[in-house]
Amino acid sequence: MNETDRKLGPTILKAENISLAFGGVKALTDISFEVKEHEILAIIGPNGAGKSSMLNVINGVYHPNAGSVTYKGNVRQRMKPHEAATQGIARTFQNIALFKGMSVLDNIMTGRTLKMNAGFLAQCLYVGRARNEEIEHRKKVEEIIDFLQIQSIRKTPVGRLPYGLQKRVELGRALAAEPTLLLLDEPMAGMNIEEKEDMSRFILDVNDEFGTTIVLIEHDMGVVMDLSDRIVVLDYGKKIGDGTPSDIRNNKAVIDAYLGVSD
Amino acid sequence: MFYREAGQFKTSYKADQAVFPIFQDRVFVAIWLLIGFVVVPMLANEYVFRAIFIPVIIMALAAIGLNLLVGYCGQVSLGSGAFMAVGAYAAYNFMIRIPELNPLICFLLGGLSATVVGVIFGIPSLRIKGFYLAVATLALQFFTDWTFSRIDWFTNYTPSGSIAVQPVAVWGFIFDSPIRKYFLCLTVLLIFTIIAKNLVRGRIGRAWMATRDMDVAAEIIGIRPIYAKLSAFAVSSFFIGVAGALWAFVHLGSWEPLAFDINLSFSILFMVIIGGLGSIVGGMLGATFITLLPLFLNQLPIWLGINMSTAMVSHLEYMIFGALIIFFLAVEPLGLARIWQITKEKLRLWPFPH
Ligand SMILES: Nc1ncnc2c1ncn2[C@@H]1O[C@H](COP(=O)(O)OP(=O)(O)OP(=O)(O)O)[C@@H](O)[C@H]1O
Ligand SMILES: [Mg+2]
Repeated sequence: MNETDRKLGPTILKAENISLAFGGVKALTDISFEVKEHEILAIIGPNGAGKSSMLNVINGVYHPNAGSVTYKGNVRQRMKPHEAATQGIARTFQNIALFKGMSVLDNIMTGRTLKMNAGFLAQCLYVGRARNEEIEHRKKVEEIIDFLQIQSIRKTPVGRLPYGLQKRVELGRALAAEPTLLLLDEPMAGMNIEEKEDMSRFILDVNDEFGTTIVLIEHDMGVVMDLSDRIVVLDYGKKIGDGTPSDIRNNKAVIDAYLGVSD
Repeated sequence: MFYREAGQFKTSYKADQAVFPIFQDRVFVAIWLLIGFVVVPMLANEYVFRAIFIPVIIMALAAIGLNLLVGYCGQVSLGSGAFMAVGAYAAYNFMIRIPELNPLICFLLGGLSATVVGVIFGIPSLRIKGFYLAVATLALQFFTDWTFSRIDWFTNYTPSGSIAVQPVAVWGFIFDSPIRKYFLCLTVLLIFTIIAKNLVRGRIGRAWMATRDMDVAAEIIGIRPIYAKLSAFAVSSFFIGVAGALWAFVHLGSWEPLAFDINLSFSILFMVIIGGLGSIVGGMLGATFITLLPLFLNQLPIWLGINMSTAMVSHLEYMIFGALIIFFLAVEPLGLARIWQITKEKLRLWPFPH
C-alpha cells in the first residue's frame, strides 16, 4: 500500500540458492530473495512450507546445506545465532520463547545484553559501570515498555501473562536490542482482531520510527496485504512467488497453491 | 508497622532497582543484621554456636553457591561435596606450603581452586543437560573422594589420611572460641550474600536465568551458552569451595575425605530444593531447615517422653526428608522462600485481602 512513499534503501539481506534438508525432508529448495533496507517483507505459505526454517537460516539457528546468506555485504555460510545477534539481527518465535521465570522487565532487559559491558568485579559489587549501566538501560527498556503499553505488567513473571501479551513482550525483548533486521515468526498467531490491530500498529511504528527492516511470517492474508511492501511465497520448500501484494494477489501459481484454498 | 508499598512511589529507576525497593524490606534486613550480629552473640551459648549457628551459616554459603548454578542457571549438579573438598584441601595445601599466607587468602585460594575444577567439570554442560549432567558431576564426586584419600601428597603424608588444623589466626587474632568463629563465618556469609544478590540482579544473572528458561532464545539474543554456563559453574564452585574451606578449618577442625562425600552433596542439593530454587534467601532457609531437622527429630522423642532407638530416629529422618523433597518438587518447587514470599504478600494486603 505504501511502497511508493516509503524510502527503501539498498539491499541489506540477500539469500542465494538456499537449500536445507532434515534427513529426507527437504525443508527449503534453492530459495533466493532479497530484502531492502527499511522494507517490510512477508513470507507466506501453507503449513510446513519452510517459512520458519528460512528465518532460522537467516539468524544462524540452522545452517543451510547449500547456498549463502549475505547480510550487510558480508557473505556467510555458517554462523552462530549469537553472531547474528551481534550483527543486529533480532527475532521472535512462532511458539513464544520468553524466559518464563523472569519478569517482563527482566525479559526485556535481557534483550539489551549485548549493549552492556560492565566487568565481572563491578557486577559483583554493583558499583561504577555495572550500576550506571543498569540504570541507563533501564531507561531505554522503559521507553519500550511505554511504546508497547505494558507498563502495568512490568514486574509480572511472563509465565503468568495471557498469550497475546506474551507475544507483545517478546516483541519488546527483540526491540530492546535495537536491531537493524527484525525477524517475526507469526507475531499475530492466535490473537483476536483487536490484538492483531495493536500488533500491526507496533510493527508499522517500529518500521517507521526506527527504520528497522522487518521480515515477518504471517498466515492472516488481510494483515499481510496491509503491512508488507513485498511478499515471498513458499510452498513445499520452493519459492513460487515474489512481488508486491498486488502482484501476489494476481499470481496464478500462488492462487492455485495457496490463496485459492482460503478464498 | 505495616508491610506495604502504598505511598512509596519510586521517583527514579535507581530507587526501583535497589536491592530492597520496599522500605519495610530494608527494615527487615536491618533487624536480621541486628539479630545476627548483636542479639544472637548475647544470648547463644557455646553448644548452640557449635551445633547450630556455625554449621547453618557455612551450609547457607554452600547452598547459595549451588543455587546460583542449579536455581538460577538451571544446571543440575551433584558435585557440591567435591567442590567443598577441593576448597578445603586446596586451602590446607596453600597454608602448609606457603606458611606466610594469610589464612583468609588461603580460603579464597581454596575457592579459586574449586572454580578451576568447576569450570573444567562444567564443560560437559555445553553438551548435556539434566540427568546426564547430574551423572557427570557425580563422577567428579567420586574422583575427588579417590584423589584425596589415595594421593597422599594432598594430605601431606599424614599416616591416617585425616587432617587436623590449628584454629585460624589472622594478624595475631585467633578464631578459637565459638563466638569468634561465628562472627568470622557470619561476616563471610554477609559479604558473599551481597555479591550473589548483586550478580543475580544484573546482566550476568539475567544471562543465567535466560539460559535456564530458554537456551535457544538466550543464544539468539547474544548470550553465548558457553559463557553463561561456565560462569555459573565458576561462581558457584567458588562459593562452595570457600564454604568447604570454612567447614574444614572453622567447623570441623580435623577431617578425613569422608567428610565431603556424596551425602554432603545431596544435603546441599536438598537445601536448595527445599529452600527454594532461584532464591538467595532460599539457600539460607534450606540450610537452616536441613541442619535443624535432625537435631529436632533427636529431641522430639525426649520431649514427648517416647522411647525411640537412634536407628529409628535416623530412619525417620530419611523418611521425612524424602517426603519433604517430594512435596516441594511436586507442590511448591519454589520452596520455603516462596512460602516466605507469599506470607509477605498476604501481609502486604492484610487486613483487607481484596
Ligand atoms: N528441526 C527440524 N527437524 C526436522 N524437521 C524439521 C525441523 N524443522 C523443520 N522441519 C521440517 O521442515 C519442514 C518445514 O518446516 P517449517 O517449520 O519451516 O514450516 P513452516 O512454513 O514454518 O510451517 P508452519 O506454518 O506450520 O509454521 C517441515 O516439514 C518440518 O517438519
Ligand atoms: Mg513456522
